[in-house]
Amino acid sequence: MTVQLAEPRRGAIRLRGVNIHFGEGKTAVQALSGIDLDVAAGELVSILGPSGCGKSTIVGAVAGFTRVSSGALEVDGQAVRAPGPDRGVVFQQHTLFPWKTVLENVGFGLKMRRVGKTERTRTAREILAHVGLSEFAEHYPHQLSGGMQQRVNLARVLVNRPRVILMDEPFCSLDAQTRLQMQQMLLRLWYEFHMTVVFVTHDVDEAVFLSDRVVVLSRRPGSVRAELPVALPRPRTVDLLTSQEFMSVKREALELLLDSGREQSRRGAA
Amino acid sequence: MAVGSPEHVAELLPSTTEFDDSAVEQLAATRASRAGRFRSSLRSAAIGAVSLAVWLGAWELASRYELELFFRFENIPAPSEVVLALGELLQTPKFAAHVGNSVMRIFIGFGIATCSAVPLGLLIGRFRLAAQSLLPPLEVIRPIPAVAWIPIAILLFSSAEQSMVFITFIGAFFPILLSTVHGVESLDRRLIFASLSLGAGPIDVFREVILPGAMPSIVTGLSIGMGTSWFSLVTAEMISGQYGIGYYTWEAYTLQKYPSIVLGMIAIGVLGMGSSFLVRFLGRRLMPWCKPEGSTT
Repeated sequence: MTVQLAEPRRGAIRLRGVNIHFGEGKTAVQALSGIDLDVAAGELVSILGPSGCGKSTIVGAVAGFTRVSSGALEVDGQAVRAPGPDRGVVFQQHTLFPWKTVLENVGFGLKMRRVGKTERTRTAREILAHVGLSEFAEHYPHQLSGGMQQRVNLARVLVNRPRVILMDEPFCSLDAQTRLQMQQMLLRLWYEFHMTVVFVTHDVDEAVFLSDRVVVLSRRPGSVRAELPVALPRPRTVDLLTSQEFMSVKREALELLLDSGREQSRRGAA
Repeated sequence: MAVGSPEHVAELLPSTTEFDDSAVEQLAATRASRAGRFRSSLRSAAIGAVSLAVWLGAWELASRYELELFFRFENIPAPSEVVLALGELLQTPKFAAHVGNSVMRIFIGFGIATCSAVPLGLLIGRFRLAAQSLLPPLEVIRPIPAVAWIPIAILLFSSAEQSMVFITFIGAFFPILLSTVHGVESLDRRLIFASLSLGAGPIDVFREVILPGAMPSIVTGLSIGMGTSWFSLVTAEMISGQYGIGYYTWEAYTLQKYPSIVLGMIAIGVLGMGSSFLVRFLGRRLMPWCKPEGSTT
């Protein structure tokens, strides 16, 4: 007899031998080749790699935008077939609906579930408060700064209480200070909302600072080169960024990243 | 020296007054520049008015003295005659009937064009199958100007009224269709992805993302379509109309009421401009999220 957990942790992701290619025949491009990856429920994993290595393709596949050419891709044991509100996606920038106010953007997921307007407004306002943007509810996205827009993006996804949040270089267009604030906010929300986070980035500092584990991808076609567990204590604060332990993990991550590049060029030369 | 003591305040004062001075200067400067702008816009308005007066004067003289320099001004009414004719016209209900007829035809033809071209454009822009099956016949028809449809339109419909509305429809249809397709195709795909991953179904995607996303482009198409539908209508009315502003203008020619030709032309221009303005105005009201041109907020 098994013990039933009161609240089973959800959001485990499993990729086995995942290949993805775009196009047909001679023009076909292999984006991912033989990806094996497990993300535990509630884990925060970063995917690190050079530009164009297929990091975003992984996000697209788990989100259900991109079909897997071969291999298995499951979330909580169920094969991914289509996009759904259980897997929220935060893109790089400018993906709020420009024609909707901040409040309408955040309430969008609820509207899609046919939640009534009063209830929708109440819940959306609650989530907006979580990201500190209560005063901007009636603004349109173009009236907000880049950092604020990304906070609305997070709120818009969180309103659906997703199992998984997939983030595709969400902070890369922000200035250093705003980016650091956003990273800390993400960690807080991750803690509060109990969800799995897959965070794609090309920034080593960001990957190490946020994650439980860093997955390093090779150049295109992307495959998993190395996995680096990050055993730094939580909660993580700005002080950590200059600590000795952080530096040593960062050095390790950098070496793996450089190695993966070198190995590739050697393979290319042969 | 204690903070707030007279000496302390005195020491602070010069700098504060200096600051105030610069603020006042700035204010004065903006006022001066505002006054300057006003003066320069006044000047350009004056130049424009003088230029217009010179041209009208030249026209008046050319008509009065029946000038013949390649252009024959012999039968061209002078501006003063046009003004007199306007005075007479406004006293008869006939002119209003002409304008009313034309506006009604535009309203119906343009309305049908909007209601058919926008949904069709959304489908063609969104679905490859719709594009593949619907675009080829449309592409064949598109280069044919609305005016060239007039004979066929007369054969197709039992009444002249219907054929004129049809010509108006043809004139508006393609600009609206093409702008809608363009609007859908240039929509950021990530917005559609985002809506899907937030739980939107296929109909939601159309209503919540594709339609509002294509809206700026659609409004541009409507504004262009409004212009072309007036153009088409006036021609159709000249050929097969009874009542209507195009008919009025042509009738004036055949009856040799030359000042009325000019009045008809002016009325057509005003109506076309007014209705295009109306479309853009409604578009702006529909899209409060769109930044007005040139503003930074």
